[in-house]
Amino acid sequence: MEFFTLHGFMTYSKGITYLVMGGILVFMPLYWLYLTDRDDD
Amino acid sequence: MAISRRKFIGCMAAAAFGTTTGATGLAHAVSGKEFTGYPDSFGVLHDSTLCIGCRKCEQACNEVNNLGKPDNPFDDLSVLDDRRRTDEAAYTVVNKFNGNVFAKIQCNHCQEPACASACFVKALYKDKTGAVVYDESLCVGCRYCMVACPFNIPAFTYFDPLTPKITKCTMCLPLIQEGKLPGCVDICPKEALTFGRRADLIKMARQRIAQNPDHYVDHIYGEHEMGGTAWMYLSGIPFNEIGMREDLGTTSAPELTAGPLAAVPIVVGLWPVFLTGVWAINKRREKIAEQEQAAAVQAAEEQAAQEKTKALEALQQKLAKEKETAIAAEVKKALEEAEQNAQQQAAVQDETTTDPAAETPPDDSGKQEE
Amino acid sequence: MSQETPIARKQYLTPFNVITGVILVIGLVLTVLRFTKGIGAVTNLDNNNPWGLWIGFDLLCGVALAAGGYMTSSACYIFGLKKYHSAVRPAILTAFLGYALVVFALHYDVGRPWRLPYPIFWSQGTSSLLFEVGLCVFLYLTVLFIEWTPAAFEWLGYKKIRGIVVRLTLMLTIFGVVLSTLHQSSLGALFMIAPSKLHPLWYSGYLHVYFFVSSMFAGLSMVIFESTLAHRWLHHKMDDTHLAESDGVALGFGKAASFIMMGYVGIKIIGLAVDNDWHYLATGWGAWFLVELVGFVLLPAILFSMGAREKNLTFIRVAAVWAVLGIVLNRLNVSLIAFNWHLPAADRYVPSIMEVGTTIFIVTLGVVVYRFIALKMPILYEHPDYKQAH
Repeated sequence: MEFFTLHGFMTYSKGITYLVMGGILVFMPLYWLYLTDRDDD
Repeated sequence: MAISRRKFIGCMAAAAFGTTTGATGLAHAVSGKEFTGYPDSFGVLHDSTLCIGCRKCEQACNEVNNLGKPDNPFDDLSVLDDRRRTDEAAYTVVNKFNGNVFAKIQCNHCQEPACASACFVKALYKDKTGAVVYDESLCVGCRYCMVACPFNIPAFTYFDPLTPKITKCTMCLPLIQEGKLPGCVDICPKEALTFGRRADLIKMARQRIAQNPDHYVDHIYGEHEMGGTAWMYLSGIPFNEIGMREDLGTTSAPELTAGPLAAVPIVVGLWPVFLTGVWAINKRREKIAEQEQAAAVQAAEEQAAQEKTKALEALQQKLAKEKETAIAAEVKKALEEAEQNAQQQAAVQDETTTDPAAETPPDDSGKQEE
Repeated sequence: MSQETPIARKQYLTPFNVITGVILVIGLVLTVLRFTKGIGAVTNLDNNNPWGLWIGFDLLCGVALAAGGYMTSSACYIFGLKKYHSAVRPAILTAFLGYALVVFALHYDVGRPWRLPYPIFWSQGTSSLLFEVGLCVFLYLTVLFIEWTPAAFEWLGYKKIRGIVVRLTLMLTIFGVVLSTLHQSSLGALFMIAPSKLHPLWYSGYLHVYFFVSSMFAGLSMVIFESTLAHRWLHHKMDDTHLAESDGVALGFGKAASFIMMGYVGIKIIGLAVDNDWHYLATGWGAWFLVELVGFVLLPAILFSMGAREKNLTFIRVAAVWAVLGIVLNRLNVSLIAFNWHLPAADRYVPSIMEVGTTIFIVTLGVVVYRFIALKMPILYEHPDYKQAH
C-alpha cells in the first residue's frame, strides 16, 4: 500500500497494531497457562 | 463557468514555472517513514494585499453550499467591523484589520489535518484533491476535531437536538471534481484568490514576494504552519496583525500525538508480562512463607514429641530401677524373714513359744513407689 | 438494618430522599431540554469552546476518580496486599458506577449518542487518541462489570457461575490495569494535539504520563473519601472484617498516595525544566499553576504523610478530600481553564447553570445507585455463604 499522508499511514498501521494488541491479550494468558501447567501448585 | 487563467494556475502554468510537483512539500516523518502529501493536490493562495473586503466570496460560498439567507445581506459591509469566525451559516468570512486590510478565513485544508487525526470514526479525511472532507454519516458529534483544529475553523450545529453535525468549508470538492473552481475563487473580483496545485502556488507566492519585496512580508503563511496547509496566505503586514497565529509551529498533528499513540501497544505488550511476573513472585513468596511456617510448626512439634519421649523413657527407667530395688529389698527381706522364721521355728521348737507380730512382713515397697 | 423496621419504612420524606428527588426531577427536565432543543439550548458551549463541563468534569474527573478500582484490585490481587481485600468490592463498585456514569454523561454531550458504538464497531479512527480512550473505556466497563458480578451472584444465590467468575479474578485484574493505564494516560494525551490552545505550563510532552500518575493518587484518595462517606451513612452494612481493616486501608492508601504525589510533583517540575517554562511561573498563569501544584498536590501530600506517620485518620481523610479537589482542579485546568487561554475574555467559556445542573443530576444518580447496591448486595460485608472463599 502506498500512503501520501502521515495521517493515512498512521490510521492504517495503528489499525493493524490494534489487531496485534488484541492477539497478544488473548495469547499471553493462554501461554501462561501452558507454561505453568505442570507446576506442583 | 469560464476558468480564468490567472485564477487557476494549472498544468501549463506549472510548466512555465518549471516545477516538478512535491518539490516544495514539507516531509512528515514518524519512525523514519516520510510523507509529503498527495502529489498534484490543489490549494488556494489568498493574497490579502489584493482583498478589498467586498464579501462576494462569502456570498458565493453561501450559494454553493445552500446555507440559507444570512442575517445581514452580503452587501452590508458594516459586519466587517466585528471580528467574526466561521460557523454553521458561513463557511468563510472576511475580517477587517487596521481599518483597510482584509483577510478571508475558511478551512485551510491542512496537509496533515489535525481534525482528521483527531476524528475517532474517520469522518474527516484528506482527499487526493487536497480537500479535507467531512462525512456526516459517520460523525458522532464529539467535537474533538474542533478542539484539535489550530485555526478554530470547524463549527457545530449546537441547536440541532438529534442530528447535529460539523460544518466547514469543503473546498467546493464537487465543483473541483467537475473541473470547476471553488465558488469563492471564481467570484473574487480582485483575483485575491488563486486556485492551483499547491506546489505551483508556493512557487507563485515566492515569485510575488521576490518581485515586490517591500509590498509583502517575506513569509508564505501555510507553507509550513502545522505541517503545511492547502490554503496559503500572503500579507503586507505581519500575519498576527491579520488574525493569524504565528506561534503554531511546523509540527503536524499526527506527529504531535505519535508519542502517546506509540506508547499504547507497548503498554499492552509489556504490562501483562510485568504484572503476571509480580503476581507470580508474590504467590511464590506466599507459598514459601507458608511452607516455612509449616516447617517451623512441624519442627516445634517434633521437638516437643522428642522431649516427651525422653521424659517418658527416663521415667520408665527410673521405675524399672525402683522396681528392681524393691524386688531386691523384698527378696532380701523374704530371705531374712525366712532365716528369722527358721531361727524362730528352731527357737520354738527349742522353747515352744511364738511371736505373731513377727510373722507379718513390712509393706515398704508400696510406699516407695509413690 | 434498623431502617427496615416497619416504622422507619414509612419515613420516605427524609432530607436525603427529598433532595435527591428534586435533583432527579430537575435532571429529567434538563434531559428533555437537551434532546428537544439541542446542546446549544442547555450549555454555554460554542464553536470556540467545543468542550465544557460535561467533558472537563463528567468525563475527565469521573474517569480519574474511578481509578480506585484498578488501584485497589491490583494492590490486593497482584501486589499481594491481602489486607486490602475488604476494600476491593466497594472500590470496584464505585469504579463501575463511575465509568457507567461517564458513558451516561457522554450521551448528553455528544451530538448523536446512538452512534457511540461507531468507533468500535463501524469505522475505526485509529489515528485518534479518542479512539483509544473509547475502546478502553468500553472494554474496561465490561471488565468492571464482570468483576462486580460475584456480588450480584451472591445476592441472587448463583453459586456455580460466581465460582467461574471468581476464578478469572487475576486475569480481569491485569486486564483492568492495562486498560486503565491506557485510557487514563490517553485522556491527557487528547490535549497534546492542540499545543497552540493549551497554556504551556499545562501542555507537555508528558501530559499522558501526568494523567496516568495523577489517576493513581486520585483513585487512592477517592477510596479513602468514599470509605469516609460509607462509614458515615452505611456503617450498619459493614461486617467486622471491613471495619477492622478499614483503618489500615486508609493509612496504607494515604501513605501510598503521599509518595506517588511527591513523585508527581517531581515529574511536573521535570516537565517545566524540559520545556524551559520557568519564566511563565512569574505570570498570573504561573501563580495559578502553583496554586494547583503546591496548594492541591504538595500540601495534601504532606498532610497524608503526617497522617501516615502519626496514625492520624482525620489527617488522612482530610488530605484525601483535598487531593480529590486537586485532581478536579487539574482536570478542569487542562480542559477548560488553561485551555483556550489565548482567547479574549469575551470568548471564554463559563458553564451554564443547566450544565452544572445536569452534572449534579448525574452525580446524584450515581450516589443513589451506589446506595441501593451497597444496601442490598454483599459489598461492605462478606456474604455468610462465601466467607474465606476468595
